[in-house]
Amino acid sequence: MKNKSLVSINDFTREEHIRILELAGAFEKRPKQKILEDYVVATLFFEPSTRTRLSFESAATRLGARVIGFTDAASSSVTKGESLRDTILTVSNYCDIIVMRHPREGSARFASEVASVPVINAGDGANQHPTQTLLDLYSIRKTQGKLDNLNVAFVGDLKYGRTVHSLVQALCNYNTTFHLVSPQELKLPSSVKMNIKDRNLAYHQHTDLMEVIPKVDILYMTRIQKERFADPLDYEKVKNSYILRNNMLSGSRENLKIMHPLPRVNEITIDVDENAKAYYFTQALNGVYVRQALLAAILGVVE
Amino acid sequence: MEKEEVRKELKVSAIENGTVIDHIPSESVFQVIKILNLSEYKEQLLIATNLDSQKMGKKGIIKVSNKFFKSDDINKIALVAPSATLIIINNFAVTEKKQVEVPGHVEKIVKCFNPNCITNNEDISTRFTVIDKKELKLSCHYCEKITARGNMAFR
Ligand SMILES: [Zn+2]
Repeated sequence: MKNKSLVSINDFTREEHIRILELAGAFEKRPKQKILEDYVVATLFFEPSTRTRLSFESAATRLGARVIGFTDAASSSVTKGESLRDTILTVSNYCDIIVMRHPREGSARFASEVASVPVINAGDGANQHPTQTLLDLYSIRKTQGKLDNLNVAFVGDLKYGRTVHSLVQALCNYNTTFHLVSPQELKLPSSVKMNIKDRNLAYHQHTDLMEVIPKVDILYMTRIQKERFADPLDYEKVKNSYILRNNMLSGSRENLKIMHPLPRVNEITIDVDENAKAYYFTQALNGVYVRQALLAAILGVVE
Repeated sequence: MEKEEVRKELKVSAIENGTVIDHIPSESVFQVIKILNLSEYKEQLLIATNLDSQKMGKKGIIKVSNKFFKSDDINKIALVAPSATLIIINNFAVTEKKQVEVPGHVEKIVKCFNPNCITNNEDISTRFTVIDKKELKLSCHYCEKITARGNMAFR
């Protein structure tokens, strides 16, 4: 993986994904290792995303790297009309690796082609967010002890959620049975469903959340946004159907874990937080270990 | 293609040297002219549409004097008129005939339909992988979205 950019989840093979997850496990045991002391990590956030940026900066800093960069386009030369190409070429001179987030789809792929250093995509518009996918895989593997042959439910906005799309793609490598729970208006796009069909994996589409809860090992919740509906009345009709409450979990499997990419609004009620099956905050913490693993592997300080 | 038919048409309006684009669906003739920028062409140009064709019912044909298209242009033709045939004429004689073919990769000529794609917002050439030649589906190398026949535009 040395010097390899990570733009899309499929840029890395299944074996490389597993290697990252193993490395992340080692960093979880020993998060502070000064193995990147001679390195400079640039975090270029062309749009603000405090959560993702802090996670990367925490990962880099715990490994002893120096972090440079900007936190939104306004504080960079982008507002002066500089092209993305020029920004990336310039920053390449100052760092050993670029972490970037950008509002346009395809920006990270383009940056990886012009940069002289590897690029990690921290989100390019609605397209990809591979480090989120890897931390999701890490969380699933850690809580279930394996990635293969699991029953995974995705709940909520399956149409627009890039987190869901990438994770579905990634899980297609692991003989997953998919349970897709969403209102009619927000079903998983056929282009993503194609991945499941290509692998001949089982998937079940539901509109009722209750009926899938007893069947699954992972319940991956997402937020349904009002602005996704052409008719606000359609939103009103479904908005309460995809809220997870603690009392709904009574018939669930012992090993069930509830995941969510955060931030949550109201799709998981607060009383679920007390349940040992709630995993979303730990899931976010796992992001730091996964990002440590990626930085270390791509910079070539670990094999 | 029916040899008789070709000879007859070439006789009617033969060109000495150049390219005949035959078997264009009638409704695509003006699109072919547009994407090849032929409305600006300064030499002899013969355009016919709604001709009878055994193979296609109705077809269009474009004859371009002293023009031999490069692969970029040939690819463009394939994207709007996959049934088209190119006939190369030298000295009033047919020296080569080829069926246009949808390429595996398309660069520069097609616009990505996704308005939020980086190629529509910075000065960047587009790149696509053709994932379905029959239905004409192009997957953007950058934003990974699919541009299909119905929403295809040319740069
Ligand atoms: Zn695109």
